[in-house]
Amino acid sequence: MGPIYPILAILLLAGTCASLQADEVKVAVAANFTVAMKEIAAGFEQATGHTTRISFGSTGKLYAQIRNGAPFGVFLAADQARPRRLVEAGQASGRFTYAVGKLVLWSADPALIDGEGRVLARADFRRLAIANPRTAPYGAAALEVMKALAVDERVRPRLVRGDNIVQTYQFVATRNAELGFVARAQIALRPGGSSWEVPQSLYTPIRQDAVLLERAASDPAALALIDYLEGSEARAIVERYGYGLE
Amino acid sequence: MALDLGPLWLTLKLATVTTLVLLVVGTPIAWWLSQTRSRLKQVVATLVALPLVLPPTVLGFYLLLLLGPAGPVGQLTQTLGLGTLPFTFAGLVVGSAVYSLPFLVQPVHNAFESIGARPLEVAATLRASPLVSFFTVALPLALPGLLSGAILSFAHTMGEFGVILMIGGNIPGETKVLSIAIYDHVESLEWNQAHWLAGAMVLFSFLVVLAVNLLGQRMRRIGHG
Repeated sequence: MGPIYPILAILLLAGTCASLQADEVKVAVAANFTVAMKEIAAGFEQATGHTTRISFGSTGKLYAQIRNGAPFGVFLAADQARPRRLVEAGQASGRFTYAVGKLVLWSADPALIDGEGRVLARADFRRLAIANPRTAPYGAAALEVMKALAVDERVRPRLVRGDNIVQTYQFVATRNAELGFVARAQIALRPGGSSWEVPQSLYTPIRQDAVLLERAASDPAALALIDYLEGSEARAIVERYGYGLE
Repeated sequence: MALDLGPLWLTLKLATVTTLVLLVVGTPIAWWLSQTRSRLKQVVATLVALPLVLPPTVLGFYLLLLLGPAGPVGQLTQTLGLGTLPFTFAGLVVGSAVYSLPFLVQPVHNAFESIGARPLEVAATLRASPLVSFFTVALPLALPGLLSGAILSFAHTMGEFGVILMIGGNIPGETKVLSIAIYDHVESLEWNQAHWLAGAMVLFSFLVVLAVNLLGQRMRRIGHG
């Protein structure tokens, strides 16, 4: 039993040193939040001196990676379900809603979409792009909207599914799909094309939750980022990109 | 647990059609490469080999732009009344053929080169036209190369992922192939289904590579014997 204590002490010491020096936080970010997060990260780095390393992907993919030991400190999901499951599994804590996503129907063609979204009922298009509803919350919300408008049967054969909301945007931007459901944040600062802001009554609010992951529970950079996300500077950026706040 | 086998059949169909297309398109390229003294030879050989080193994202990105409504190929297909190719089975065949081109051309090219000039010269002295000697002398002698090229193209298309992810649009029955279905299952936490499909894929790939190795061994033995 004796010799184990010195080893433990060394390990503990090494661990403390590592956490004192760690000023980089690895962040897993849902694809829809890509552009806003870059701006927030720049502000965060300037304000705190910490650095960030950001991985973007669909919420489903990032979740699977985190469950399997991906070295992230903070997870910004596009839904509430996955952060909640991480908390329940003891792999995360401190869940809060950092943004409420808004869905828009968007086309690169300035004449295609009117302010009421009637184009959905006409269904005179070849391809409508949505994010994969099984993995991306914006895709699930898009399905809800089409069901609420009772156009889902008519539109279903024309659906193409992007791996995440960024790819969905890319399908529409390259005009390979005439229109698609994307995040308002993606077109908020880029004028052009035509769009319809889907009324909130047609889909469950896309509350996007963030959590502090277990491996970074005492990491100062990760804790600072959580603080920063809840602060007024980050919230102003979130709002400017067309998200709602809670 | 219902395991959807649709993606499996779609993948087999894609691999079969792509391999047939490549045999028709790739064999003449391989033949030309083996016969030509043109200065363009190395340029063409390099172009054929490019998909080996380019990431699928580069191929997928350019295919999306080229085949899309604003791209040159997309405008051509639209003029011909074919619509645009992304998100269709035909589009996947085009993408897979580009992606697997070196896997067919290189073994076939090697096979043609290893025949040497002699058999074709003999055929010419017997008054066989170039076309006749291609079909009756060169092709039969290059059969092992054609076979391993076809098997490799087939297997490579079975395992294709990145290009299809970028131009497929994940449409069941049309573009949702096996690798995409596995990815989908993994991402939606249906790891049980993912295991079944992924396990089948490992077994299949093992058998294909084993077949190629055995074939190669047999050919060498025949060659030495």
